Amino acid sequence: MNSTKKLQKSWFEPLAPSEKNSEVLAPQTGYWKDAWRRFKANKGALIGLVLIILLLLIAFIGPLLNGFDYSTQNLSISNQEHLSGHFLGTDSLGRDLWQRVWYGAKVSLLIAFIAAFLDVVIGVTFGGISGYFGGRVDSVMQRILEIMYSIPNIVVIILLMMYLEPGILPIAVALAFTGWVPMARVVRAQILKLKTQEYVLAARTMGASHFRILFKHLIPNVVGPIIIAVTFSIPSAIFFEAFLSFIGLGLRSPAASLGILVNDGYRTLQLFPYQLFWPALVLCIIMLSFNLIGDGLRDALDPKMKK
Amino acid sequence: MTKPILEVKNLEKTFQIDRNRVLKAVDGISFEVFPGETFGLVGESGCGKSTAGRTIINLYDASNGEVLFDGKNVHRLKGKNQKKFRREMQMIFQDPYASLNPRKTVMDIIAEGLDIHEIANGRSREEVVYELLETVGLNKSHATRYPHEFSGGQRQRIGIARALAMEPKFIIADEPISALDVSVQAQVVNLMRKLQKEKGLTYLFIAHDLSMVKYISDRVGVMYLGRMAELADSEELYDDPLHPYTQGLLSTAPIPDPVQARQREKIRIKGELPSPLDPPSGCRFRTRCPHAMAVCAQVDPLWVEAKPNHWVACHLYPKSNPQ
Repeated sequence: MNSTKKLQKSWFEPLAPSEKNSEVLAPQTGYWKDAWRRFKANKGALIGLVLIILLLLIAFIGPLLNGFDYSTQNLSISNQEHLSGHFLGTDSLGRDLWQRVWYGAKVSLLIAFIAAFLDVVIGVTFGGISGYFGGRVDSVMQRILEIMYSIPNIVVIILLMMYLEPGILPIAVALAFTGWVPMARVVRAQILKLKTQEYVLAARTMGASHFRILFKHLIPNVVGPIIIAVTFSIPSAIFFEAFLSFIGLGLRSPAASLGILVNDGYRTLQLFPYQLFWPALVLCIIMLSFNLIGDGLRDALDPKMKK
Repeated sequence: MTKPILEVKNLEKTFQIDRNRVLKAVDGISFEVFPGETFGLVGESGCGKSTAGRTIINLYDASNGEVLFDGKNVHRLKGKNQKKFRREMQMIFQDPYASLNPRKTVMDIIAEGLDIHEIANGRSREEVVYELLETVGLNKSHATRYPHEFSGGQRQRIGIARALAMEPKFIIADEPISALDVSVQAQVVNLMRKLQKEKGLTYLFIAHDLSMVKYISDRVGVMYLGRMAELADSEELYDDPLHPYTQGLLSTAPIPDPVQARQREKIRIKGELPSPLDPPSGCRFRTRCPHAMAVCAQVDPLWVEAKPNHWVACHLYPKSNPQ
């Protein structure tokens, strides 16, 4: 007895293909949407982001709230902590501290952003070429990188600042001069990892140029680590700028950056501590926020790196 | 007899591991592929079959020997001919999770070749991609999505669509189904067969799964440690394998009939694949061969036609013995 019936072909007929009976796909989520969802879940990073946005808003709107400017001196009201109109008092030359703190914050941030931008441009190009072409090109480029890395960057920056005219752009250039090295390393490591992926081979079999493979296939896949490196290089640029100003190699008076303000405040620390406190507080908030954001971005953009 | 579309002549590919060691991944293989057929290339992992495929499509330079496509040496192409070759020969990759750029939409992935060769843009680019998606059994709405939103089988279909976009004559399929579930394997292989019929494609099908290779291939070449062991029509190879290695491989391939399976003699291949860095002298297979003789260690077996259209390199067949 045969209990199992043979399946007959005539029992089956193919379903006509249509949109309706095709598989239901989950709502579309892009890379950035996903990253933002993970970023939002990180409280510290969110606090950092809110602080930075608030700080930027105040830096731009704040100075409009009282009618002073950052450079006008008025010796008759010097070193006044409580004076109507001057929210944070005045400094030793009678300049409005509220104005100077926000002006300095803007200058510091501007220097940091320019330096970070230069880091990305130089570091990504250098690291990308070094990692992608490999072999002898990579060896030579890596030796250059190691030489750059082995010279203490403070020495290089100080030497550069002695030659360059103090100003926002020269300081940023000096910071970027050594700042791009870590970026180049991050990018090279990532490119080395990615360049043997099959999608790169696929592009090559279709005749894609090196330029196309590097900038259309590889770099877009390294954007996550690049952004993370940038968020960590911004606070370090701010710190270095403050350091340069503090040792007298930064911007010149009446221009101000947070470093200069801290330096000015430090001179009168024992008599008027508020002149040091406010710029130092803003400096701390900026550094802390960027570090918090950097941590959050690392977890959000590269979830595999977490633990 | 028709002219072969692809001729591989004594192809060698070596990699310099360090100063003293050289890895011979492909060690002098020769075969021909004719227009419209499917040539299966089988062998264990590490036998050099993928390297052979990548050298044929000019991802690697050949260390020795030559590859002629349409009568032209693919490693010497320049300018216009190079561009033409890049369109006419395409590859389907093994790992559907690594072969699609995770940061590009399906539309951009499939249209990549169109962009590189400036074949279509704007509206017509979209049209071409939609049509290709339907051809491989996906639909329009998939075009704006990213690779991570698809299953392995769907991704492999996208990979096939990408290759088809160039309207190639010849496709190298490098283990296109080994990363897929068995049920999905059949779908993908059937799709490839359907496309072959419709578009008159020629395939070089690289795999380690003998039953699937038998199903899709017209002729099959068996590779062992960088060399070709046996080459024959697919039916002939399965009915009458001559090389002990092929016999061993076939006796381990499952047969969907328990009665027949119980009856057949099992030939076990002993031991491990020797390191390709230090291959055995003479016949490469002798260390694992049940029929190994003294001559096997001393002399390389010749590549001979033991039966009509059935080539083998083994000392068991008198013509292979140069003495």
